[in-house]
Amino acid sequence: MAEILVYVDHVDGAVRKPTLELLTLARRLGEPVAVALGNGAADTAAALAEHGAVKVLTADAPEFAEYLVVPKVDALQAAYDAVSPAAVLVPSSAEGKEIAARLAVRIGSGVITDAVDIEAGDEGPVATQAAFAASFTTKSRVSKGTPVITVKPNSAPVEAAPAAGAVEALAVSFGPLATGTKVTARTPRESTGRPELTEAAIVVSGGRGVNGAENFAIIEALADSLGAAVGASRAAVDAGWYPHSNQVGQTGKSVSPQLYIASGISGAIQHRAGMQTSKTIVAINKDAEAPIFDLVDYGVVGDLFDVVPQLTAEVQARKG
Amino acid sequence: MSLRIVVCVKYVPDATGDRKFADDLTVDRDDVDGLLSELDEYAVEQALQIAEEADDAEVTVLTVGPEDAKDALRKALSMGADKAVHVEDDDLHGSDVMATSLVLAKAIEKTGYDVVIAGMASTDGTMGVLPAILAERLGVPQVTLLSEVKIEDGKVTGRRDGDTASEQLEAALPAVVSVTDQSGEARYPSFKGIMAAKKKPVESLELDDLDIDADEVGLEGSWTRVDSAAERPARTAGTIVKDEGEGGKQLAEFLASQKFI
Ligand SMILES: Cc1cc2nc3c(=O)[nH]c(=O)nc-3n(C[C@H](O)[C@H](O)[C@H](O)COP(=O)(O)OP(=O)(O)OC[C@H]3O[C@@H](n4cnc5c(N)ncnc54)[C@H](O)[C@@H]3O)c2cc1C
Ligand SMILES: Cc1cc2nc3c(=O)[nH]c(=O)nc-3n(C[C@H](O)[C@H](O)[C@H](O)COP(=O)(O)OP(=O)(O)OC[C@H]3O[C@@H](n4cnc5c(N)ncnc54)[C@H](O)[C@@H]3O)c2cc1C
Repeated sequence: MAEILVYVDHVDGAVRKPTLELLTLARRLGEPVAVALGNGAADTAAALAEHGAVKVLTADAPEFAEYLVVPKVDALQAAYDAVSPAAVLVPSSAEGKEIAARLAVRIGSGVITDAVDIEAGDEGPVATQAAFAASFTTKSRVSKGTPVITVKPNSAPVEAAPAAGAVEALAVSFGPLATGTKVTARTPRESTGRPELTEAAIVVSGGRGVNGAENFAIIEALADSLGAAVGASRAAVDAGWYPHSNQVGQTGKSVSPQLYIASGISGAIQHRAGMQTSKTIVAINKDAEAPIFDLVDYGVVGDLFDVVPQLTAEVQARKG
Repeated sequence: MSLRIVVCVKYVPDATGDRKFADDLTVDRDDVDGLLSELDEYAVEQALQIAEEADDAEVTVLTVGPEDAKDALRKALSMGADKAVHVEDDDLHGSDVMATSLVLAKAIEKTGYDVVIAGMASTDGTMGVLPAILAERLGVPQVTLLSEVKIEDGKVTGRRDGDTASEQLEAALPAVVSVTDQSGEARYPSFKGIMAAKKKPVESLELDDLDIDADEVGLEGSWTRVDSAAERPARTAGTIVKDEGEGGKQLAEFLASQKFI
């Protein structure tokens, strides 16, 4: 059976959810072989085996942390050479996309980014993409070389499918470009204890209507009552009310949760680009004409300072 | 020695217009106005600031696109860029990212450069990978997705705010840089800038000038293929209620009915 290379996104050995989703998609195409790099790489094996990886190729070297992107491309290329896979799947993070694209040029293959689904097809994997702020759905293929495809979070279910997950050390030799861009300092993002924005099942977002950094406490309280991640519009981020890392939209994170709740957000096209594929959309806005209402499954025309706290209290009461 | 800055700018359909695919499944450019991709304005801005800091620098804006893409070049020239290069050839129609990046790389080498600056992503294809591919093709460091950038003493330094960490980066020139919309608001063209732009040189290049064969680019030469494009069905109209004191409770009722609570 054809082998499918899956690039593993992990933090010190803890596999992130989008990678487990990739394993579900990879199993539709062949047998997943995972590639885990950097600190804790070997610790990923158990989780990967549990979700279908027949093999886990691991490599660690200081270069992965000390230089940008290219050492990881060198390693993925070494795995590609070793396995001769039928396709390469990579999570659609900013870094994942760059790694995938550079690998693709090197191996003479086309690349598809931000797929939201993949199916096996007669002429290789068929990827579904959401185009133009998700107003179109396209189906595409890689027509030259071995398909390299990056996949957005929340695009497939995480499924247990136990497999061997045999760990093998991957031999990597770094090329001359590997040390081109030095990482001279790194400040890890502080954890809020809330779910990761792109991976969360529920996202509660606030916009300009929240009107102040201190008022984001009511958005956070609603999020916490639902076990949700907190998002923000660019207007709220630009005003300094919430960190840029929480921005949802074209130049922020793109999210696709089961439930998206927008409070005090008008629904500009660039915001919609990042949340339009959410399953259920809810909005609270005092302007009945706000474009966000065109998208909603349920909308409340009202003042968020009345509606949101009442909703939070009600959620807490129902959860008892 | 003068610092040669090449800025890659893309001409894209206006995101606030009714964007569509044409019959050949490429971007329909007839029914929507085009403009300089807004995210590339940030690249032009950083290039101009770097040029202002340097003793001696020249900013060239480069686009690969149809005839109308000159509008994007004019906008960048009116912001303050010195000259422009336009790669325009009928055979380019429908190029994917591999074909486009091949053309850009050849044009950049022909123009000569110390640093290439690009936007973080186009506002139509939104792949966000072209700068990394350019670095691979040119064989120089990639210093991408910077929210702060500086060029000094033959080095580029900057801050990249990633998913899990914020990183400080450093690379020697020549290099490929891309900047995010956090890098600093782009300036508006002044009246003087608009007038001056009319006299600035725009060089036109064809595939022949870059030693690229027609079959390496365009729809046929691309390494990916779009098989279908369908408009997403309009969402069925949702329930909208006006808050008359019970809005939060009604919403909770809806969430419960959908099993979210
Ligand atoms: C190249 C580019 C990229 C961009 N990328 C992004 C992006 O990634 N993400 C993003 O979000 N935007 C992005 N934008 C900005 C986008 O165009 C909008 O400006 C932005 O989304 C507006 O944010 P907002 O909805 O919070 O603010 P506004 O549009 O000002 O809307 C605020 C809303 O709050 C409502 N409101 C006010 N007070 C209350 C109240 N008390 N109760 C209830 N409702 C209230 C108002 O009725 C209004 O509808 C981008 C723009 C450009 C040009
Ligand atoms: C909806 C959609 C989806 C697509 N998906 C794919 C895909 O999966 N795979 C694929 O191979 N192609 C794809 N394409 C085609 C691809 O977008 C174009 O070939 C494009 O020129 C390069 O990618 P980008 O615009 O996404 O660039 P990005 O990587 O998002 O652009 C980053 C920067 O590169 C520079 N740049 C990009 N294009 C040009 C240009 N023509 N001239 C000058 N500078 C430029 C700009 O500075 C820009 O800010 C897609 C196009 C569309 C419209």
